[in-house]
Amino acid sequence: MNSSVIVFPGSNCDRDVADALTKLQFKNKMVWHKDSELPKSDLIVIPGGFSYGDYLRSGAIAAKSNILKEIIKAANSGCPVLGICNGFQILIETGLLKGALLRNKNLKFISKDVYLKVLGNENKFCKNFKKGKVIKLNIAHNEGNFFTNSDHLKELEDKDLIPFKYCDKNGTINESSNPNGSLNNIAGILNEKKNILGMMPHPERMIDNLISNTDGVELFSSILN
Amino acid sequence: MKFAITITLKKDVLDPQGKVVKQTLQGMGMNSLQNVRQGKYFEIEINEKDEFKANNIVKEMCDKLLANLIIEDYKINKI
Amino acid sequence: MKITENIILSHGLKLDEYAKIKSLLNREPNYLELGIFSAMWNEHCSYKSSKVHLKKLPVKNKNVIQGPGENAGVIDIGDDDAIIFKIESHNHPSFIEPYQGAATGVGGILRDVFTMGARPIALLNSIHFGSPNNLKTKNLLNGVVSGIGGYGNCIGIPTVAGETKFNSTYNENILVNAMAVGLANKNKIFYSKAKGINKPVVYVGSKTGRDGIHGASMASAEFDDNSEEKKPTVQVGDPFTEKLLMEACLELMKEKSIISIQDMGAAGLTSSSVEMAHKGNLGIELDLDKVPCREENMSPYEMMLSESQERMLIILEDGKEESAKKIFTKWDLDFVVIGKTTEARDLSLKFKNQSVASIPIEALSSKAPVYDRKWSKKKLSKKKISLKDLKKVKFENAFLKIFSSPNHSNKKWVTDQYDQMVMGDTIERSGADAAIIKIHNKDKAVAVTVDSSANYCKSNPNNGGKQIVCENWRNLISVGAKPLAITNCLNFGNPENPEIMGEFAENILGIKEACEFLDFPVVSGNVSFYNGTNKNNIFPTPVIGGVGLIKNLKRIQNHRFKKLNSQIILIGKTFGHLGQSVFLDEVYSLREGLPPEVNLSNEKNNGEIVINLINKNLINSVHDVSSGGIILALAEMSISSSIGIKINKPKKLSNIFEFFFGEDQSRYIVEVDNNNSPKVEKFLKENNTYYENIGTTQKDFFELEKELKISVKDLYEANNKWYNNYNAFKS
Repeated sequence: MNSSVIVFPGSNCDRDVADALTKLQFKNKMVWHKDSELPKSDLIVIPGGFSYGDYLRSGAIAAKSNILKEIIKAANSGCPVLGICNGFQILIETGLLKGALLRNKNLKFISKDVYLKVLGNENKFCKNFKKGKVIKLNIAHNEGNFFTNSDHLKELEDKDLIPFKYCDKNGTINESSNPNGSLNNIAGILNEKKNILGMMPHPERMIDNLISNTDGVELFSSILN
Repeated sequence: MKFAITITLKKDVLDPQGKVVKQTLQGMGMNSLQNVRQGKYFEIEINEKDEFKANNIVKEMCDKLLANLIIEDYKINKI
Repeated sequence: MKITENIILSHGLKLDEYAKIKSLLNREPNYLELGIFSAMWNEHCSYKSSKVHLKKLPVKNKNVIQGPGENAGVIDIGDDDAIIFKIESHNHPSFIEPYQGAATGVGGILRDVFTMGARPIALLNSIHFGSPNNLKTKNLLNGVVSGIGGYGNCIGIPTVAGETKFNSTYNENILVNAMAVGLANKNKIFYSKAKGINKPVVYVGSKTGRDGIHGASMASAEFDDNSEEKKPTVQVGDPFTEKLLMEACLELMKEKSIISIQDMGAAGLTSSSVEMAHKGNLGIELDLDKVPCREENMSPYEMMLSESQERMLIILEDGKEESAKKIFTKWDLDFVVIGKTTEARDLSLKFKNQSVASIPIEALSSKAPVYDRKWSKKKLSKKKISLKDLKKVKFENAFLKIFSSPNHSNKKWVTDQYDQMVMGDTIERSGADAAIIKIHNKDKAVAVTVDSSANYCKSNPNNGGKQIVCENWRNLISVGAKPLAITNCLNFGNPENPEIMGEFAENILGIKEACEFLDFPVVSGNVSFYNGTNKNNIFPTPVIGGVGLIKNLKRIQNHRFKKLNSQIILIGKTFGHLGQSVFLDEVYSLREGLPPEVNLSNEKNNGEIVINLINKNLINSVHDVSSGGIILALAEMSISSSIGIKINKPKKLSNIFEFFFGEDQSRYIVEVDNNNSPKVEKFLKENNTYYENIGTTQKDFFELEKELKISVKDLYEANNKWYNNYNAFKS
């Protein structure tokens, strides 16, 4: 399978996610933001980092770049698009995903391992997870506090568009297991067609037991088959 | 009484955000753009009828909290 | 403009130094030249007070590729890999503007490392604040921590280790020391030495603004009516631009275009160009009209002394300008040829087609003043500490007081603000004895750590210097690394005061002795004098940053208990030394007596023993014993693993306060499986290494018979509340 990782000035998880994809046997290409053509891809990843320094608003400037037009085209024709962290913020700024990512409730950058509950596995990204499984991924962001209007929230909940929510070790989803103030503990959302996933936690950091754990592997392997 | 307060980086202080916004706008074809400085904006209501006094209170708020006087300047306008 | 006495002094130069300038030039300098001299002759650039002492430090061994004198030190870690690292202070700017001061400190140290061809792989820091009760402390803590995080997180380099300490000695002068560690190919290291005449000198990176133009111009406001505009402005860090600059430089380094490269740090364009010319034994001519400026009407003085961040100076091979420029344009960075190297060994500056300065490079470098300042030997305290003279306290209360004190509380509040995982190679994060970073795509890793012990160094500078090197060494050993080399950031008070200069001189001797004994050379570093206000100098605070190598990823260790019912063995002898201990400080507010003695041969022996045990795969976990003594070390092992321990009462030293809180050196605690313990004990005996069985791990409780029984969960809570309470929003 072919994957493309989009690189913006200030992206900094591009290498990490490319390594993860390669490890899982994707044929990956790095795509520079000024390029006007996307290589043939079965998966597009917008990696984490601080595109354009997160200046103005996280993701806002990257959303205006050349390559985004191509990504939007590909996404609209059904190509899976995964936005991680800053990538999620960029997907929101382009309008490919709805909602907003506000500053963390404690107004601080938060970097730590958190638990997530896999709520829905009927989508390309989560097939290989057992539904209800609790996984541990790393988060590292300043603006990950997801917010949206009540209609959209209802749509997300009703149509199974929330694959991951923050929880505690035992899978309990409540305020104390919410690291950043996210609405309903939402850690990631899908678009209605379920081919675009935006998530704050970093699955690419969890692919090796020596470093952390392997809870991120199933996400990438889900896309593979 | 209501005031609008604009806080911007001092003239000679580097404004990384303004710089990137400027480059992006220029890249989008806004050719007449000369410069961008980014700042913060506050609206503050004061329970005080005397404008001079109210202005001084707002000024104190700027000096003591809202602005970082090491790198920022502020402007106060009554609205 | 006439150079008056006032102007000279306001440039931080002494009158005799000015006389020396005149004799070196054979004339009076102009104002710009005076500024250049003041920048190059100040303590920070010239090391004029420290040089004679620094020379004593060991700087070489078979692993050292480059010692002090370059942007950073370089060591060999095998397979053509080199580690490039350095620590630097940014104390004063951080006190004025904590966020930007700390951020630009991180930016500066990163440039030192990638300038030499390394991709930075880890950031560390050592930050020291005044007493938590000091009104300024909270704001400074918040600003510095978010500044360090703001820069490192954005540029995408993990901040993996560090220390955060509080001590009233820093009330008016905090310390912010940042360390960067990079990885390079040992055959592709870039140096600052210029070579060849008429080679293009290129300016790359951000534009030059009126950032941090040294205080001199503010103090001499009389020369200009617009004094407001002459105020030095705080440097603002732009990590985004630094990221671009780093990628562009590393991309250019893949080609054979660079003769030499130097970042523009303190004293910006001045020090970078002088440094390159001096090392290459040639001159540099700059056309200041070509310098990319951010503001209008910048004067040569401002351009030469500006400390705008994220800039580099490069000397290129002939004919490489076009291809190099392409790379910088791709990354949206300025790239301008602003001068050339010259045969005449001068720094010559042109502006508006006129020569505005011409100074022999030697006058700015090798002929800069060097002082062997007067220093006095420390009178050591003769005070004996006797517990009998002190008010009785309950063991449990004393322990919990220490374990929940600001200096010993869990630092998650701090470290959760740093991205520790980006780049995907962080094996061990903050909170361990040392952080472990995997060498990307290889089966080896480096361990990194920073340490300081100001109270020890104040009481006995020589011994303190030794101790801190040893503690660093021990921390690297404790994760299974072979310690290779260190970098040091020497934070001291006013060197013109003989007592302070004595602290410095003796401290260096202590560091030297330990480094020599342990074959642990100093490969880079930084001296920061004049920390303090008026007569209030800070405690001498050398910060040691160490790097070690782990060749076998299967033999990594950490301090987390692994199993129930394991034997806990203390390696090294306990005498119960309480002088300058945390126990006295936290429980009795006493900083008395002398710090513990350092026995270097025990240190080396015990360290090698522990590494051997790790390599033989005989132990489950290991932790060094440092401030707070055995009981704190055990508590940390316990809460990090959620496994309890039943601690034995000591057999030989009957006073439990002395035994458990004593800070004797060269000690490690190891956790050993029951079935391995005969092997371990045999090995220790064979090697004449003193050890004691001090307990057994158990479920849920941290326990010392009749003195202390607390659930590990409560213990964790006790250790975790201080930062959150201190920083909680008060509504």
